[in-house]
Amino acid sequence: MEKVIQHNPDLVIIAENLTKRFGRFTAVDHISFEVKEGEIFGFLGANGAGKTTAMRMLSGLSIPTSGKGIVAGYDIGTQTELVKKNIGYMSQKFSLYDDLKVWENIELFGGIYGMKDAEIKEKTDKLMQLLDFENERNKLVGSLPLGFKQKLAFSVSIFHNPKVVFLDEPTGGVDPITRRQFWELIYDAASRGITIFVTTHYMDEAEYCDRVSIMVDGKIESLDTPKNLKKQFNVNNMDEVFQHLARKSTRKSD
Amino acid sequence: MIKTNNNPDIAIQCDAVHKKYKETTALNGVSFSVARGEIFGIIGPDGAGKTTLFRILTTLILADSGTASVDGYNVVNEYKEIRKRVGYMPGRFSLYQDLTVEENLNFFATVFNTTIAENYDLIKDIYQQIEPFKNRRAGKLSGGMKQKLALSCALIHKPSVLFLDEPTTGVDPVSRKEFWGMLKNLKAQGITILVSTPYMDEASLCDRIALIQNGEFLTIDTPKNIVSQYSNKLWAAESDNMHQLLIDLRANEITKNCFAFGDKIHISSPLNPPKGDLKTLDIDKTIRDLINNGHKNVVIQKIEPTIEDCFMQLSQR
Repeated sequence: MEKVIQHNPDLVIIAENLTKRFGRFTAVDHISFEVKEGEIFGFLGANGAGKTTAMRMLSGLSIPTSGKGIVAGYDIGTQTELVKKNIGYMSQKFSLYDDLKVWENIELFGGIYGMKDAEIKEKTDKLMQLLDFENERNKLVGSLPLGFKQKLAFSVSIFHNPKVVFLDEPTGGVDPITRRQFWELIYDAASRGITIFVTTHYMDEAEYCDRVSIMVDGKIESLDTPKNLKKQFNVNNMDEVFQHLARKSTRKSD
Repeated sequence: MIKTNNNPDIAIQCDAVHKKYKETTALNGVSFSVARGEIFGIIGPDGAGKTTLFRILTTLILADSGTASVDGYNVVNEYKEIRKRVGYMPGRFSLYQDLTVEENLNFFATVFNTTIAENYDLIKDIYQQIEPFKNRRAGKLSGGMKQKLALSCALIHKPSVLFLDEPTTGVDPVSRKEFWGMLKNLKAQGITILVSTPYMDEASLCDRIALIQNGEFLTIDTPKNIVSQYSNKLWAAESDNMHQLLIDLRANEITKNCFAFGDKIHISSPLNPPKGDLKTLDIDKTIRDLINNGHKNVVIQKIEPTIEDCFMQLSQR
């Protein structure tokens, strides 16, 4: 029996028994959780645990086999276009167009999300200041160091002021200082009410999240604050929590 | 054939290697040597020059200047000898996706004029884990299994030096640990390993490491020595509101050189102290100030640096 989901405006993501099957393989197996407005939610799991499939469903790119999900107020099964309009997305693999200039990328993405020219221009000026990017404005994105690119990509992903942004391993390969500056941008966005849904393989970054879920073989094995998880497993850091849970995996395939 | 480098204890020798791509300097005078049987880590972020270095040493591209030898052979005029005796696992999965696991392995064995059976001992521990899937196409494998197959293929001709370019990037912490376990076993069999990684926590698993940034080595040493050479003082701070704590510490001239580190904030003594006598942090005063600012459960204690602290200090110079 499926419950009727309440549209509580404080909840930006609601997943109830969200499930995705590919043939006989259940990639995501009845996951349920809620994420509040302005929360930084860490979505962890081993390679092949089902994180990407779950994220694709939550961002309106893949229809659930069963279960229900509400993201930014819209149903991920029936209102995928509205879901897409109201979220941001960034990954290490896809971020910006290398052969467009910094301002051109911003204008392109702002335009795609239906922002007005004047608004794009005004926000671009502010953003260039905030990132200390004035000198890079007219450079091709491809010529920027990775750390710059990732900071810019994140800023572009929240440029249209989405309710929630999905970050898929945003800091992979980034140098230690830039990685931390990146997280300061995340904090800043969250404090402005943007909900952050983030995956990472850096366990120190798991500590920066308000709450963390750990997926094992398609199911959410644990979900709590980093502090409570460490307490529950009686360990000192999130790496040990992860090692403890992910070793349970019996799944052999991505 | 005359060997360029006659010291049999040296597996890799690299002297003042430079490489530019148009305007971009990828390597700006890199020198180091790797002893036979060593696990040597090249640690640094994307774009630091790691892959360029690997491609020069595996004779895939030429340096603009400088010299390098692998297993005693020069990378320029003796490249054919090098190619026979090194194993190379590039950062991007580069096996044949439409061949099966076994076909890929067979292919690489044949190219090197050997057979799977001949060197099975060397790959046994790794290959056994994917052998149940030997009839599956490589493109259909999971990330972890692809990695094991790629390593098996790089080992099948029994190389004396193994080059692993970011083998653990994007790999979850459990699989990463497993992978390093495999490297340890290979080292025990006498294989020299040059491995690159962006994960600073893997440094301690190497015999020696080079920290690389912007095409230059920041330092080369054992992880232990690098940590002991950290010249700043370092403290770890925590309170009930970590985000606010970072903002408050940043606002103070003495504690502004601070960064989040897992569930703590690391504060290193100022690089350019505002006054000569303020080189060290007055912990009691800092704690008092933080409590006055509304922080609860403030703890600040002196700590030993990690490799990541060292990298951050060296890269800020």
